[in-house]
Amino acid sequence: MRATVIDYKAGNLTSVVKALRHLGAEVTVTESPADVTAAERIVLPGVGHFSATQFLGQHGLQSEISIQIVRGVPFLGICVGMQWLFAGSTEAPCCPGLAAFPETCDRFTPGKKIPHVGWNSLDLRPGFRLFAGIPDGAFAYFTHSYRAPAINATAAVTEYGELFSAAIERENVMGVQFHPEKSGETGLRVLRNFLEWQPC
Amino acid sequence: MLTRRIIACLDVRAGRVVKGVQFVDLADAGDPAELAARHAAAGADEIVLLDITATHENRGTLLDTVRRTAQRLFVPFTVGGGIRTDDEAAAVFDAGADKVSTNSAALARPELIGEIGATFGAQAVIVAIDARRTSGAPVEQAEVFVAGGRKPTGRHAVEWAREAEARGAGEILLTSMDSDGTRAGFDCELTAAVSQAVQIPVIASGGAGNAHHFTQVFREGCADAALAAGIFHFGIANVRTLKEQLSRDGIPVRFPC
Repeated sequence: MRATVIDYKAGNLTSVVKALRHLGAEVTVTESPADVTAAERIVLPGVGHFSATQFLGQHGLQSEISIQIVRGVPFLGICVGMQWLFAGSTEAPCCPGLAAFPETCDRFTPGKKIPHVGWNSLDLRPGFRLFAGIPDGAFAYFTHSYRAPAINATAAVTEYGELFSAAIERENVMGVQFHPEKSGETGLRVLRNFLEWQPC
Repeated sequence: MLTRRIIACLDVRAGRVVKGVQFVDLADAGDPAELAARHAAAGADEIVLLDITATHENRGTLLDTVRRTAQRLFVPFTVGGGIRTDDEAAAVFDAGADKVSTNSAALARPELIGEIGATFGAQAVIVAIDARRTSGAPVEQAEVFVAGGRKPTGRHAVEWAREAEARGAGEILLTSMDSDGTRAGFDCELTAAVSQAVQIPVIASGGAGNAHHFTQVFREGCADAALAAGIFHFGIANVRTLKEQLSRDGIPVRFPC
C-alpha cells in the first residue's frame, strides 16, 4: 500500500503520517505536482484556515489532483482537506475549492460553543465503503468551526446543534470532517478502509 | 451527540510521571509512554503531558519523551511545559503532539498564542491557567500564577481567559491550585465563571477524587472536558469505570468500540 500525503503548509502532518505508517502504508510526503502524478492514493490533510488551500492552486497541485481524481485515483481529504472538495467556504470567500461538489461550506450557526471540539457520534448512512466494519453511532474526534452541508454523497452525518456532513464518498473521492488519525480504533479502521479500497 | 471529554494528564519530571499535592510533594507514578497507552486503551479521550519543571528550570520540553509517548497514541495528545517560542512549539508538534499548552510564556508575551495559531491553527493552542482564590474574595478575583504555581501575576483568571480567547486560543485548561491534588472535588464555581466568560471549550482540572466530582463539574461547572492525573495512576479509578458511572448519571460520554 502506498499513499501520497500532500503538504500544503496547513498545520501538522506528523499524526496523519504516523497513523498511515502504523497501518502498513508506505508514505510519501510531498508538495510537488510530479509526485501527485505518480500517486497510487492521495491524502490531503489539513487543520486551520480554509485560505491555506490557496497553496494548492499556486503550486500546480490543484490541477494535478483534479486530473488524478478523474483518472480514478483514490483521494481522501481530512478536515479542511474535505471542505476543499466543495466549491468553497465562507471562511475564505476569495479561495475557490476543487468544486467536486457544488455546495459551499459555512460557519456553524451561533448559539453554542464554536469551535466544535471533541468526540461526537457518527450517524452512518448505509452502503459506504469508508465505514465498512464500523458500527453506527461510533465516535470520532472533531475540531472545526466550519462545516459542509449534508448532500447526496454524505456517508455519515453528525449533529452539533444542526446536522452536517461528517464524511462524504462518491466513487474514488472521499472526505472526512473528523480526524481519523486521532479517532482511536474507529479512525484507524476508516483509514484502513481507504487504503484497502480497490477501484473497480 | 457531542460527549464530555475525560482527559488523563501525565505530569512529567525528568522523563518520569510524578504527581504532587497542591503542586509540591512529588511521588513517582511510572513511564509516560506506558501510562498514556494504558489510559487510551481504557477510554481516555485525550492525553496531556505536562513537563512540570520545564519553566522554572529553564530548559526545553523533553522531546524524546514526547516522541516515545506519541508513537502508539491515536487520540489527541497535548504537550505543555517550557514552550516559549513558536519554534519550540514546532519542535513539539514535530515530535508528535497535536496541541501545545502554554502558560507562563503566554502571560509573559501574549502574542505567542497568535503566533503558534498562525502556523498550526487555533485548535492546536491551549492556554493553561493556574488560579488561586483568596478566601472570601469573589470568584472573578481568582489570581493567575505562573512558573508551576510559584509566581503570582496579579492577573485575574476570568479576565485572562477572555484575553487568551481574543488572541486566538483554541481551548482553556483551567487548574484550581486550591483544589489540586486534594481529591476533594473540582472548583465548580471558578470553572463556571471561566466557561461562561468564553466561547471556546474549557477543561477543568484540579481536585478530582471520584466519579461524582466529574458529574458535578460537567453540570455545575459547565466544563466541556475534565482532566485528572493522580486518581488514574494509582488505580483509584480507571477511565472505563469512571465513564460507566458518568453514563448512569446522564452525562454523555464516549465508549471506545
